[in-house]
Amino acid sequence: METHSKATVCYAMVIDLDKCVGCGTCNVACAIENNVSVPPPEALENRGLTWMRTQRVDNGKAWPDHRTVTVPIPCQHCEHAPCIHVCPVTAVQLDESTGIIGQIPTRCMGCRYCMAACPYHARYFNWFDPKWPEGLQDTLNPDVAPRMRGVAEKCNFCHGRLDRARELAAAEGRPAAEPVHYTPACAEACPHGAITFGNRLEEGGPIAALEKKPEAFRLLEALGTAPKVTYLSREPWIRRIGLSRLDRVRGHGDGPEGA
Amino acid sequence: MNDNDGDPKPRIEIIPTTNPEQERSARRNAAWARVWPLLGLSAGLLAGWVALPFFLYGHQEQPLAFNHAVHTKDAGMTCDNCHGFRADGSFAGIPAVKACADCHSEAQGTSKAERRLVDEFVTPGREIPWLVYARQPDNVYFSHAPHVRRAGIECRRCHGDQGLSTGTPVYQFNRISTYSRNIWGPRISGGGPNPWDSMKMSDCTDCHRERGVRDHCLMCHK
Repeated sequence: METHSKATVCYAMVIDLDKCVGCGTCNVACAIENNVSVPPPEALENRGLTWMRTQRVDNGKAWPDHRTVTVPIPCQHCEHAPCIHVCPVTAVQLDESTGIIGQIPTRCMGCRYCMAACPYHARYFNWFDPKWPEGLQDTLNPDVAPRMRGVAEKCNFCHGRLDRARELAAAEGRPAAEPVHYTPACAEACPHGAITFGNRLEEGGPIAALEKKPEAFRLLEALGTAPKVTYLSREPWIRRIGLSRLDRVRGHGDGPEGA
Repeated sequence: MNDNDGDPKPRIEIIPTTNPEQERSARRNAAWARVWPLLGLSAGLLAGWVALPFFLYGHQEQPLAFNHAVHTKDAGMTCDNCHGFRADGSFAGIPAVKACADCHSEAQGTSKAERRLVDEFVTPGREIPWLVYARQPDNVYFSHAPHVRRAGIECRRCHGDQGLSTGTPVYQFNRISTYSRNIWGPRISGGGPNPWDSMKMSDCTDCHRERGVRDHCLMCHK
């Protein structure tokens, strides 16, 4: 487990794939929380937006050995994030006090190098002006700024919620150095409790214990990106999907690629 | 190779003139040649420093004339009597008309503005549609709680002597960005000697660096 040296807090996520049923509640909750706009109906399949992709993967075998699993893939918040190094305008930053990779839309110039660099396809591009169907605008979250056309966007571990938690901590007179606890929208919404979120550096906390379990694995670990999202599964074939690109593992071509 | 090779070169004849009229005209032209650039420069500066701000910023009057000084000096109130924190730690900003009604359920004085406050807002229970000078762009995250509660920064540090103002200045907004002019500051070159002259990103980062607060994009952007 790699953790940046200056950190007192390192937020991390653990997703239990054996509990996930692929209902998609996490990506709906995420889209509502983070003002993810709805692309126009005529948009191509791969031009959609989501911060939490749920990708179905199967073992490629025929019935009765056929098995599928749904893998929710938010930004992996890599310790050595390739997107940071390729960004020519420093619109991507690692926050060393939280471990969160931040994306600043107003600074982004839309070159999409970060999308090409991201091995997890966790980044999305705003091909269209942000629009919401009539009535859905009432659900917009004032804690998250909507993004404009022509910039990249991605999961930031619900930074708006972290801001709110920090605000409350300050109002209650707690010191700035004290770690704050919060729950991202996907972890809160998951009906099966498959997503655990917390501070990896917390003594006796749930994240550190889950990450040490033998069934824990990370996606494309061999690349050395050191993701902060860990997956759990007791199934050996599921643990192996982290070894190669998910679209290579996938037996059938169902579900839009990267959207 | 030149096509004209071998052709005789065209001859230019210079005819010297001693015509006084022509000489005067040439001197006049030379004088104007020195004046024109200066005129052009002044016109450009005028356009940039006077005409541009005039056309760039729209002007709106506040819905009601408010006098801070009457409240702070004569009534002896402090900032947090009206601008307080909510229970969840968020800052309430401009108070709701209910807070005004605590004292002004009926007119206490004879001023026209107070009569309007009672008749048009307090009695019908209608909120005053204030134009907020300090409203930040969408992508800015700012919370009063860490600054006021934790760091103990006085209101005056960022807002200046707002509590002593006697009127509501005209609200100006940038017609292109729609942001309040108070973000950029009254000067067209931006900012000023005091921290409350502008509310730009540099004003935030300057103070953060002075106090050794870590700078990270997502600290203040959302």
